[in-house]
Amino acid sequence: MDFAFTEEQQMLQDSIRRYLESGYGLEHRARIIAGDEGWSPRTWAELAELGLLALDIDEDDGGIGAGPVGTMLVSQATGAGLLVEPFHSSAVLATRVVSLLAQGERRGQLLDALGSGEAIAVLAHEEGDGWDAPLETTAVSEGEGWHLRGRKACVYHAPMAHWLLVTARCDDGVGVFVVERGADGVDLRAVRTLDGQRAADIALDARLPPDARLGAGDATAALEQSLDRGIAALCADALGVLDRILTATVQYARDRAQFGTPIGRFQALQHRMADMYMQVEQARSMTYCATSACLQDDPASRREAVSAAKVIVGQAARRVGQEAIQLHGGMGMTDELDVSHCFKRLLAFELRMGTTDEHLRRYREAAQADAA
Amino acid sequence: MDLNFSPEEVAFRDEVRAFLVAHLPEDIRDRVRRGDDRNVSDDLRRWQRILHAHGWAAAMWPVEHGGTGWDKTRQYLFEIECAAADAPIQLPFGLKMVAPVIMRYGSQAQKERFLPRILDGSDWWCQGYSEPGSGSDLASLKTRAERDGDHYVVNGQKAWNTLGQHADWIFCLVRTDPAAKPQRGISFLLVDMKTPGIRLQPTKLLDGGFEVNEVFFDNVRVPVENLVGEENAGWTYAKFLLGHERTNIAGVGASRRELARLRRMARECRREGAPLIDDPLFATRIAQVELELKALEVTNLRVIFAEARQQAPGPEASMLKIRGTEILQRISELQVEALGARALAYEEDVGGDGEDVPRAAAQYMNLRKLSIYGGSNEIQRNIIAQTILKL
Repeated sequence: MDFAFTEEQQMLQDSIRRYLESGYGLEHRARIIAGDEGWSPRTWAELAELGLLALDIDEDDGGIGAGPVGTMLVSQATGAGLLVEPFHSSAVLATRVVSLLAQGERRGQLLDALGSGEAIAVLAHEEGDGWDAPLETTAVSEGEGWHLRGRKACVYHAPMAHWLLVTARCDDGVGVFVVERGADGVDLRAVRTLDGQRAADIALDARLPPDARLGAGDATAALEQSLDRGIAALCADALGVLDRILTATVQYARDRAQFGTPIGRFQALQHRMADMYMQVEQARSMTYCATSACLQDDPASRREAVSAAKVIVGQAARRVGQEAIQLHGGMGMTDELDVSHCFKRLLAFELRMGTTDEHLRRYREAAQADAA
Repeated sequence: MDLNFSPEEVAFRDEVRAFLVAHLPEDIRDRVRRGDDRNVSDDLRRWQRILHAHGWAAAMWPVEHGGTGWDKTRQYLFEIECAAADAPIQLPFGLKMVAPVIMRYGSQAQKERFLPRILDGSDWWCQGYSEPGSGSDLASLKTRAERDGDHYVVNGQKAWNTLGQHADWIFCLVRTDPAAKPQRGISFLLVDMKTPGIRLQPTKLLDGGFEVNEVFFDNVRVPVENLVGEENAGWTYAKFLLGHERTNIAGVGASRRELARLRRMARECRREGAPLIDDPLFATRIAQVELELKALEVTNLRVIFAEARQQAPGPEASMLKIRGTEILQRISELQVEALGARALAYEEDVGGDGEDVPRAAAQYMNLRKLSIYGGSNEIQRNIIAQTILKL
């Protein structure tokens, strides 16, 4: 058993942490969020220069090959830095789907473009009816190509993507289709998310060329692996936010005086911060656990560990977030402090890629199956 | 990062499992499984002798004193496996509390006299720390010891003495210099329970059981050779002892065993004609506490890992204590909820005669102690706030 990280892994995390701390302050971020595009191509280029967009691309494919552990460490930093650029969507989720499914020349082209930051891709999977709801989007082979019909809901970073990787039901199971964002029959309705990011609801009625489908045969296993790794990385992102919001709250309690004494000296508040600390540590443990399960080759235990982490981190997100606002008093209600932005990102975490309750149910069903 | 146990650790775990299958007596195992503690003294001494014969009497002791010399991970695995197999606990008072103090601060004669008898189960120890007026504020203790030739004469009263009715020896904190500052005038004495002037008064607890006692000292004469270390330096030893109490404080093994019992009960108990386990609401409650236990397990392993690298200053143990006790209490609550109205018929001190029914409610009541003793969970939260968060 070993909870230590290698020097390379640590350096990856440090490099993005330093980058975000020095150049990605709240004001800068506020300008990005308020802009028309909702992201900064310059930041994106700089992340590419740091090598972070090729982080989870295997070395054989010309990437860094940092795997789940490296991805976890970098995601902690993107969370702590409240990064709004599509790191998670493109460099974690889409990259993994492509790595697992694409073949031949196509594979090289896609991964090179994603890893270098030239192109952004997002996985368009959820349809808005719950995490485990059956896939209703369909792809029917038609003449030489495909006819893709359906809808996708709140696809993070779709408005800035070059490619949508759309999941759909086919005759032989689930297929993943590469679709140009601006193609005919792809109708995007862009939305701002509550945590200051951009997403889109997508209506699809598109005719695609024969090679639009990534890989051959049922992609369910590859898709599940990608989504599980994506959730594990999202947990790590939330963990980074939790660390930041706890640190900010403790610092505030040390600085803020009332009745002639720092409020952090009051036992009632000390105990609440001790509870916040414990929730963050349990969230850390479960994030490690989910990441570790992504290293193994056992889908059932991976799914169980990932859902377990989503629940514990989600519950920590809710409780720690609410407590942080409360302990900041009126200041916690303002848009000025980082605590309010952390709070919103934590809420978004709870709702993304399956709610806390959905994963609790998924975990319970898995545990019952184990016990039976 | 690699969260798997090493092949050596897995082999060790298998060895422990095989040992438990071969050597844990069936009658003891059945009583532990039922929560029947009427035979507790005999069972614990017998089990200690069996462990001793195998060289496993003291998992946490160094080899030179007859311990196993296992690292923290092996100690952890041993605890988990023993609990899973329904082995009796090893009472901490001799092995984990007084023995480390004797090893560190005791005289050569004390080491030779006491340590072997703790190892083989000959001596049952109990603790004389708390007093009616000094719980968390231990330094306010009042029991006096006055020097009279080559004896100390002890007068006063101790409280919350666990299972002292079976004990051969008690280790006591006594005030030897009433004029000094509270922490300065305390000494650490080893007292034979058969000494004239010692009287035990059992305290009936809310579950009807007699697990703790008050201990009265009336001119009890204790030879000076039973003083540990130096006179008036006892506070140092007391703090050292409390640090050792923290080994495996998270109690993951016990919680796992109780969780398995809860699952069993939920399969056997029925509601509206169906097994309770099929009720999504109840099954979700079980899943919730199981998740929390999982998070505690990994946190516990993280603390062990950090300790091995001398990275953990110690206050992390407070987190393990709080979460460990909260989780075990929660599991016990759910056991009572699983029984529902069946838990109402209740006779005090039945000792868990039949199955889970009489035991669950008694245990629920009894386990309220977890968040009180060993430094209340409020005290532990103070420690986290002040030591880790630097508030």
